[in-house]
Amino acid sequence: MNLDITLAQKFYHEMLLIRRFEEKCVELYSNQKIRGFLHLYIGEEAIAVGVMNALSKEDSVLTTYREHGQALARGVSANSIMAEMFGKVEGSSRGRGGSMHIFDAKTRFFGGSAIVGGGLPLAVGMALADKMKKKNRVTVCFFGDGAVAEGEFHESLNLASLWNLPILFVCENNRYGMGTALEISESETNISKKAASYKINSKQVDGMSVIDVYDAANEAIKFVHSSKAPAFLECLTYRFRAHSMFDAELYRDKTEVQEWKKKDPLLVLQNRLEKLKLLDKVNIDVIENEVLATIDEAVQFAENGTLEPVSDLEKFVYSQEVEHGQ
Amino acid sequence: MDNSITYRESVRQAIRDAMLQDERVFLMGEDVGRYGGCFAVSMGLQKEFGEDRIIDTPLSESAFTGAGIGAAMNGMRPIVEIMSVNFSLLALDQIMNNAATILHMSGGQFNVPLVIRMATGGGKQLAAQHSHSLEGWYAHIPGLKVLTPATVQDAYDMLGLALADRDPVLVFENPLLYNAKGALDTKLAPLKIGKALVHKGGKDITILSYGISLFKSLEAAEILAKDEIDAEVIDLRSLRPLDDEAIMNSIKKTHRVIIVDEGWRSGSISAEIMARINEQAFYELDAPMRRVCSEEVPIPYAKHLEDAALPQTEKIVAMVKQMMEKV
Repeated sequence: MNLDITLAQKFYHEMLLIRRFEEKCVELYSNQKIRGFLHLYIGEEAIAVGVMNALSKEDSVLTTYREHGQALARGVSANSIMAEMFGKVEGSSRGRGGSMHIFDAKTRFFGGSAIVGGGLPLAVGMALADKMKKKNRVTVCFFGDGAVAEGEFHESLNLASLWNLPILFVCENNRYGMGTALEISESETNISKKAASYKINSKQVDGMSVIDVYDAANEAIKFVHSSKAPAFLECLTYRFRAHSMFDAELYRDKTEVQEWKKKDPLLVLQNRLEKLKLLDKVNIDVIENEVLATIDEAVQFAENGTLEPVSDLEKFVYSQEVEHGQ
Repeated sequence: MDNSITYRESVRQAIRDAMLQDERVFLMGEDVGRYGGCFAVSMGLQKEFGEDRIIDTPLSESAFTGAGIGAAMNGMRPIVEIMSVNFSLLALDQIMNNAATILHMSGGQFNVPLVIRMATGGGKQLAAQHSHSLEGWYAHIPGLKVLTPATVQDAYDMLGLALADRDPVLVFENPLLYNAKGALDTKLAPLKIGKALVHKGGKDITILSYGISLFKSLEAAEILAKDEIDAEVIDLRSLRPLDDEAIMNSIKKTHRVIIVDEGWRSGSISAEIMARINEQAFYELDAPMRRVCSEEVPIPYAKHLEDAALPQTEKIVAMVKQMMEKV
């Protein structure tokens, strides 16, 4: 295939930004700058970058608690994500959400849900609203393989298909729901087949290859627009790091992790470029430096951020509004 | 002013008027369309507004409630109908973890202007999975508003108030009230969310209640009047926010209070109200506060047992008399 070198460079840049951002988060967690739960996306970067690049600005994104990668790839600023994790008012959710709840109205990023499967019904409603208002948008909903065991997954897929809603479901199948392997929790481990059983156009894709994910997402988005119906992508991937910072990884073999690391999405893209003799056109060192500069700036921004006064604690429990009635 | 409209027709009229006024409003729930609603509230609305605005859903409480939240976040004004409060537990994740939290968790970026209507309360011999009163439970949750329309007027007004609100509002309708008739004036400015209403003034004791218990309380007040006990009866109307001011003002006048609440007493809204009175008006009290609640059992089927489990007029009368004995 023809590979657009500018796009390839963009993909590499975005994936590397996520990788280095997450590595910095580990460091900052150890230094106790970031607290709470911290779920890292390392190993899965190709999915966020591939899918987000297939979207328009008008589209809506819903995702999970492992969402720094999606947020960065969607264009939420590294500064505001980092400040959020520092609990600062300059953070994307003013420090009220933390790592698991990045929200950003500007990029139509509807959050970080930390209830597994809990975002899928919202995606149904967002797409229903677009359909009712005759908006030409797609709602993209990310979730992991763990969500597939939840009732909300099945209820939502049924509604999306039944009501012909413009949703792209993206299942990031990293083979483990926390510490429980897919084959221990699912009678059918091919998740795309479950989606197909709801008459949803579904496909498995190599989630370690950003080009494959991008192509599949483009195709799926086209399908959603042309057939006014949902589509489903199961991206086969692997989480290189532990589930969260409190995970000793007793449930998986180190050799398995090593095997998957050979399919590191950054390496996969590099190899692809090399094969096409394009690698020397991508200035990897320059990208690395740009990425590090972005992250340094984000850390500085977060450090310099302000703590919201405690007197504002109850702000945003309810909207500020004109009261109706007498 | 129409004096012969039922509570059911009043809710239907409110939905109808809202849908005529605002194209963002739609109704979704189990059997709300073709069937006309399990309590016939939405009868005829699908014919009038079409399948796209009166939407029949599968038995997927969590998904369609969540869909209501998503649609609300994306510019619509959905009314979600859940058949009974017991079924709402299947959607509790969406109500609690999404509807109530998203505004705060997103730092004020996304509000959820969603209305959820559901049936609450016992008295129809529907046993332990269709008869409970969990509105007090929902009132525990910051981010939600909890309304309990008792009258035909409030059945109409509260739906409009709920739809006009920018945040999620839960409206609890007692099915035993659907056939009740009353006066409706749709031109009247509604009494706003969080305002209690004195239904009968009195000087000897305050009876606080809401929903169907209001009518038991009013009936009790009539009986008590024969014994020259002048009870003030207040309809709380809203369990979150509670109208502390109205509660305390009445107690400053009567110095005695009894709460009638169809919820179970342990951890109930009546317990919360007692705590607030204790904090705000303790020295106004001439007698310990009392309450009539549901007995602490799953609501049974047999009529005599169900009657015994729920607050009844006679229980209210007896308890008030006890409280007044020492005067």
